[in-house]
Amino acid sequence: MPADALGRGVRRLGAGTINAVVRIGYAARFFVAILTHSPQSILRVGLTTREIYFAGVLSLVIILLSGLFVGMVLALQGFDVLEKYGAGDSLGVFVALSLVRELGPVVAGLLFASRAGSAITAEIGLMKTTDQLAAMEMMAVDPLSRIVAPRFWGGVISMPLLAALFSVMGVFGAYIVGVRLIGADSGTFWGNMRAGVGFWPDITNGIIKSCVFGVAVCLIAVFEGYTAKPTAEGVATATTRTVVIGSLAILALDFVLTVFMFRGMGAK
Amino acid sequence: MNRTTIDFWVGIFVLIGIGAVVFLALRVGNLTSLTTTPSYRLEAHFDNIGGLKLRAPVKAAGVAVGRVDRIQLDPRSYEAVVTMRIDNGYQFSKDTIASILTSGLLGEVYIGLAVGGDPQMLADGGQIGKTQSAVVLEKLISQFMFDKASSAPAPAGAAK
Amino acid sequence: MAHLKHRASSVAFDAQSANAVELKGVTFGYDRRRPVLAAIDMTIPRGKVVAIMGASGSGKTTILRLIGGQLRPVKGRVVVAGQSVADLDRAGLFGLRRRVGMLFQFGALFTDLTVFENIAFPMRELTDLPDELIRDLVLMKLNAVGLRGSAQLKPSELSGGMARRVALARAIALDPMLVMYDEPFAGLDPISLGVVGQLIRRMNDALGSTSVVVTHDIYESLKIVDYIYFVSEGRVIAKGTPDEVRASTDPFVRQFVDGEPDGPVPFHVRARPLAAEFAAHAG
Repeated sequence: MPADALGRGVRRLGAGTINAVVRIGYAARFFVAILTHSPQSILRVGLTTREIYFAGVLSLVIILLSGLFVGMVLALQGFDVLEKYGAGDSLGVFVALSLVRELGPVVAGLLFASRAGSAITAEIGLMKTTDQLAAMEMMAVDPLSRIVAPRFWGGVISMPLLAALFSVMGVFGAYIVGVRLIGADSGTFWGNMRAGVGFWPDITNGIIKSCVFGVAVCLIAVFEGYTAKPTAEGVATATTRTVVIGSLAILALDFVLTVFMFRGMGAK
Repeated sequence: MNRTTIDFWVGIFVLIGIGAVVFLALRVGNLTSLTTTPSYRLEAHFDNIGGLKLRAPVKAAGVAVGRVDRIQLDPRSYEAVVTMRIDNGYQFSKDTIASILTSGLLGEVYIGLAVGGDPQMLADGGQIGKTQSAVVLEKLISQFMFDKASSAPAPAGAAK
Repeated sequence: MAHLKHRASSVAFDAQSANAVELKGVTFGYDRRRPVLAAIDMTIPRGKVVAIMGASGSGKTTILRLIGGQLRPVKGRVVVAGQSVADLDRAGLFGLRRRVGMLFQFGALFTDLTVFENIAFPMRELTDLPDELIRDLVLMKLNAVGLRGSAQLKPSELSGGMARRVALARAIALDPMLVMYDEPFAGLDPISLGVVGQLIRRMNDALGSTSVVVTHDIYESLKIVDYIYFVSEGRVIAKGTPDEVRASTDPFVRQFVDGEPDGPVPFHVRARPLAAEFAAHAG
C-alpha cells in the first residue's frame, strides 16, 4: 500500500520533529538549570579544577600534536598554491588567518567533542546507570550542582585554551615546514603575519568562536549523559550522540558565527 | 590521582593556555604595533585606491613605516581619503609622493612613500599632496587598446 | 544534626512519633490503566526492621522511591516522621533526606572516590565538621562494617559483599533516623549475605533507627526482620511477623517461602492456550 507507507513516513517525520523540538526545549531548560546550579562549582574551586584536568590537561597531547600536523600541512599546501601566484610571502598570513579564524577553534572543537565530550557523557551516563546520581539525590546533594555544573564549567574553561594552543602549535608547524624546510624567508613569514592578522577582530573572533563551541559541546555532553537511558546500551548511544551532535553543532555554529563576523568586518 | 598533582597540572595547563593567547596577540597578531609604538597620522587623497585594505602596510623604500588606519570617501570631491598611522621614528618631507602599489601580480596592496627634497617635514594630521592612484588592470587594457586604435599617446596613470 | 551546613528547613520532623513511616491508600502509576501500586496501606513502627517482599517487578522499589520523595503518589499519603512527603517543597524534601539513609541495589558507590571518601561524602557535603572529626567518624563507620583496612581502596577493587558493606556504612554515615535498603542481598554469596543481614540488624539496634528492607530473599529476612509485608502486583497480599509467616497457610506466602515455581504467582505469562497457538500456525 503506497498510500499507507506514505502516511507512515509522514507520521514518522512528524514524530521525529516533535521529539527533536521537545529535546531542544529540554536542553535549553537544562542549560538554565546548570547556570542556576553553578555557584557551588565556582565557590568550591577544587570541583571545577578536577574537571579542567580531565577535559583540558588530558586533551593536551592530542590537541598539540594535531595542531602541529595541521600547521605543517597548511604550510606545504599553502606555499605551493601561493607561490604559483607569486604570493609566497603571504604564507605566514595565510597560515595564521586559517588557524586563528577557522581551523583552531573548529578542529580543536571537533577533537574536544570526541575526546573530552564523549568522556563526560560516558561518565555521567554511567553514574546514572549505577544509581550514583540517585544516591546523591537521596543524600540531599543535588547532582546538578555537584556533578553536572563542574563538568560543564571545566570543559567551557578548557576549550578556548585548547583552541589557542592548537593555533600556536599550527603556526609553529608552519614555521618549521615553511621556513626551515621549504626555505621561505623567516622575517617575511613573521612580518607579514603580524601585518595581516589583527588582534581585533581576527584573534578575538577566534577566541569568541572557541568559547561558543565550548559551551555547545559541554552542554550537549552533560545533557546526553544526564538524559541517557540507564543501560549499557543507552550510555553507548548517548556517547555516540555527543560526538555526532557535538561535531555537527560546531560546524553549523561556525558557519553562523562566520557569517555574522564577516559581515561585521565588511561593514567597517 | 592526588589533589595537589591535579592542581599542579591544571595550573600548568592554564598558564600555557594563556601564554598561547598572549603569543597569538603579540607575535601572530599586531597588538603591539597598535598599542606600544607611538605614531602620528598622515592623510592622502587618491582618485582610486584599487584593492587597498585597512591595516595594509605603508612602506618607504620597501621598509614598513606605518599602517593604513582609515579609508573614507570624500563626499564632495569623490576622492578616497586614506588615513595612515606612521611610526614616530620616521619623518617625511612635505613633497613626499604616496602611491598605491601591489607586490607581485596578486600580492598585497600597500602604500609606497617616495621622499622628496623639501626641508619641511609633515606634522601630525598633515596631508600628502602628491599621490598616485592604484593601477587598475581593466583601465590599462582599455587604454592600451585605445592607443592602438587611435595611435594617440596618452599619459599612463593619473598623476595629479 | 547541629552541624548541618545548609539553611535548616522550617519543616518539623517528629522523630519521636510512634511510626517512622506510614503509607495510607497509596496509589501510584506511570499511566492510568496500569497502576504500579494500588491503594497500599503500610505501617513501619519506629525502631523496627521491616521487610517488603515480592517477586521482581512487583513495585517494591517504587515504595522506597515514594518514601524518599523521588516519586509522588497519585492518590493517598506517604507520611515520614509525622510529615506528609507530598507536601514538602524542595528544601523540606532535602531536609528529610538528610535524616534518611539509603542503600541502593548494588551499592551505587561513587566510582571515582575511594572507600574512605565515599563514606566521608555525605559528611563533607552536608556538614561543617572539621577534617579530623570526619576522619574519626569515617573510620568508626568502617570499623563497624569491618572494612577499616580497605579505606584507601577504590570501589572497583572491592568484592560484591565488601562493596555492599561500604554502601551500608555510607548509608548510616549521618546516623539517620530511617535507613532504606533496596535489595541488599542481591548477587551476594551466602557468607556475605549473612554478614550483611546481621549488619543491618545490628546497625538498626545500635543507632536506634528504623529500617525498611526491600528484598526477595525470604530466608535471610526471616532471620533478621521484625515484620514482613508481601507485595504482589501493586497490592499488599499478606503480612506478619516471621513466626506468623512460617506458620502461614496463605498460598502466596507458602509459594514464596517454599520456592514453588507455580502457584498464585503463575509460571506462565498469561497467553492463549498452547493448542490454539499451534493451530494458528498450522492454519
